[in-house]
Amino acid sequence: MPDSTVIGLHHEEEHHPELLHHFADAQQQRDSASLGMWVFLATEVMFFGGLFCAYLVYRHWYFPDFAAASKSIDATLGATNTAVLICSSLTVVLAVWAAQTARRTLLIVSLILTMLLGMAFLGIKGIEYREKFVEHHVPGASFSFDKVQVPGHPDQYANPHHAQIFFSLYFVMTGLHALHMIIGLGIFLWLLIMAWKGRFTPEWHTPVEIGGLYWHFVDIVWIYLFPLLYLIDRHP
Amino acid sequence: MPNPIPQPATPQPAIAPPVERENYLNAKYGVWSWLLTTDHKRIALLYLLSITFFFFIGGFFALLIRLELLTPAGDLVQADTYNKLFTMHGMVMVFFFLIPSIPAVLGNFLVPMMIGAKDLAFPRINLLSWYLYVIGGVMMLHCMLTGGVDTGWTFYAPFSTNFTNTKIVEAGLAIFVAGFSSILTGLNFVVTIHRMRAPGMTWSRLPLFIWAHYATSIIQLLGTPVVAVTIVLVAAERALHLGIFDPKLGGDPLLFQHLFWFYSHPAVYIMILPSMGVVTEIIACFSRKRIFGYSFVAFSSIAIAVFGFLVWAHHMFVAGMSVYAALVFSLLSYAVAVPSAIKVFNWTATLYKGSIHYDAPMLYAFGFLGLFTIGGLTGLFLSALGINVHVTDTYFVVAHFHYIMVGGAVMGYLGGMHFWWPKISGKLYPEGWARLAALIVFIGFNLTFFPQFLLGYMGMPRRYYDYSHMPEFQILNVLSTAGATVLGVGYLLPMVYFLWSMRYGKPAPDNPWNAAGLEWKTPSPPPTFNFDEEPVVTWEAYNYDELDSPDLGSPGNDAPHKQEVPVAR
Repeated sequence: MPDSTVIGLHHEEEHHPELLHHFADAQQQRDSASLGMWVFLATEVMFFGGLFCAYLVYRHWYFPDFAAASKSIDATLGATNTAVLICSSLTVVLAVWAAQTARRTLLIVSLILTMLLGMAFLGIKGIEYREKFVEHHVPGASFSFDKVQVPGHPDQYANPHHAQIFFSLYFVMTGLHALHMIIGLGIFLWLLIMAWKGRFTPEWHTPVEIGGLYWHFVDIVWIYLFPLLYLIDRHP
Repeated sequence: MPNPIPQPATPQPAIAPPVERENYLNAKYGVWSWLLTTDHKRIALLYLLSITFFFFIGGFFALLIRLELLTPAGDLVQADTYNKLFTMHGMVMVFFFLIPSIPAVLGNFLVPMMIGAKDLAFPRINLLSWYLYVIGGVMMLHCMLTGGVDTGWTFYAPFSTNFTNTKIVEAGLAIFVAGFSSILTGLNFVVTIHRMRAPGMTWSRLPLFIWAHYATSIIQLLGTPVVAVTIVLVAAERALHLGIFDPKLGGDPLLFQHLFWFYSHPAVYIMILPSMGVVTEIIACFSRKRIFGYSFVAFSSIAIAVFGFLVWAHHMFVAGMSVYAALVFSLLSYAVAVPSAIKVFNWTATLYKGSIHYDAPMLYAFGFLGLFTIGGLTGLFLSALGINVHVTDTYFVVAHFHYIMVGGAVMGYLGGMHFWWPKISGKLYPEGWARLAALIVFIGFNLTFFPQFLLGYMGMPRRYYDYSHMPEFQILNVLSTAGATVLGVGYLLPMVYFLWSMRYGKPAPDNPWNAAGLEWKTPSPPPTFNFDEEPVVTWEAYNYDELDSPDLGSPGNDAPHKQEVPVAR
């Protein structure tokens, strides 16, 4: 077979061990990987976009019920989680910078911190989910949302069916977001192992960059989810 | 300069069996060299095998449907079985044949070659996409063997979520997984076209096949995730009765239709755009002319992809949508006709005063032109609100979309398979048989589906297994079933002689059609990394005037295959 030696003839000056055979040079490989991740994130926007569309329709139709249901979830936990994720974005940026500037220890510490923050997020999310289970706010056979007042309208109770739609969207949206977090943790575990082995250099650290892109995207989804789900018509 | 790339391939001796060069087919042997390959050409062949398999499964369902409709009474299958037959026919054909057909087979094979790259940008993701397709396909097979689905391929809520007791979730998951495969193919193409072009291969020198695949990939990337999340909601709704699509609980079934058609209408353009790309290549080659209005054809592909996202609700005119919304969607649906017509007119202008050769690929391209035009024009009938109400859910709609999806997409696919078969296999197919098959497909197709326009206009509803209250529909149904038989023969023939040619066909020269395009400037079949030397492009696309000019090496060569005429058998 015309193996890599044949191809290598044209590019002997490059010869980075991570350069795959079908790329002309490292720059092309890095640009391709980066563009690939951006395009993938565009598909993710559309994936969540379908849910945001459903949310928009029902929030418009059933605003009072959505407000009442939103009030029943703990905004403090949500706000804490927002802060946790914003901090994790900082540690991701630090990790990318550390990889660019060959600071191996900082890279490893930043990756570990990112993962810890990600796990903290999932833990807090788990506490929230547990509360919902206890309060029978999980959609399905045991769902109940009786006699809950609409915020600002003491004489009006929320329609449990419409509140169930809110909680359905809440669980599907935050659930899919959490799934993305778990996948992100997997990616970062792999990055950590690679960093531990010293595989990343200022010349080649594309995985850290595109892994970071993915992590930032998942953070941004949360930045939208938080106000949409937790802060509907909140008054002190 | 007609041929700036040095061709290391020795010319094939006319009589003596040629010494076999190392190429992507004989570079390695064994099952694992195929199942673990990252070579885009081998993955294209894996796709070819698997989509052909699903094509015949879908065709089998179609055959049973046509047999049931041969007589007015519902005498071959039960009503419930019939519902499953047309559902599984649609699901298999749409998600497991048409959507992957041209992009995953011909696109996979040709996109890197046409732009002068060694492979797609992400070869391992390319292999992953095939495995995802296979996993989705196995799930779909399992679903079919254990009961199937009876909702129609559109699985409308709330029937799919609350009422039917067939395997909605399993079929949905199969489509979800196959959808990922489609997304990954599109992602690979977009990145490859942006980043992997050979030196000198500017955007305005790209073959229009590439432009068509670029537009297709955009739709795959932006549309498929929406149907994926819709499937998630349907599965959740079905498992837990959330009420998202259930009007009894405050949900909105129309929302399901909006989300579903937001993908599934553009999905039609996933099927037809690559076919248009194939036809553009064929028409330029067999009329020996530069394509008329290159940039118009290129940007009409992008325009179709963009407009395609804005017309989905024309599937819902009678669903209880606002009439004002219907008005807008009707207008936008007309707008899609503009870029489509630009393409048809530019192809016609390319043919005008061309030196036209009636080889098998060109016959398919002609077939495409006629059938796509009929399908497109009847699409305008359906965009008109008044006529749409009259023919909604009749055989008129069935005939219309089969003219686009079978008459258009499949004709292009077969034309492309013939055009590039010498490159893919290194062998020539028997030209006489191929022309005969093209003719049979064209006749069989029209015999099958043209009567359905009449049936639909007369009022025969789709999805009925029994029309004994209207026995006068039988004659047209008999015609249609007879046509389906002819069409079936037309589809089997190429499979037979392609397989035959792999063993007994004459060796193909590097460029049997004397065609422009980088893929013809490398041996047939190509070496593993496509080109022995990295190509440098210094010419415009479709430089047929240069290729055919008498003072440039190939004297007076206006015949596509002057040196090597395939022998009809």
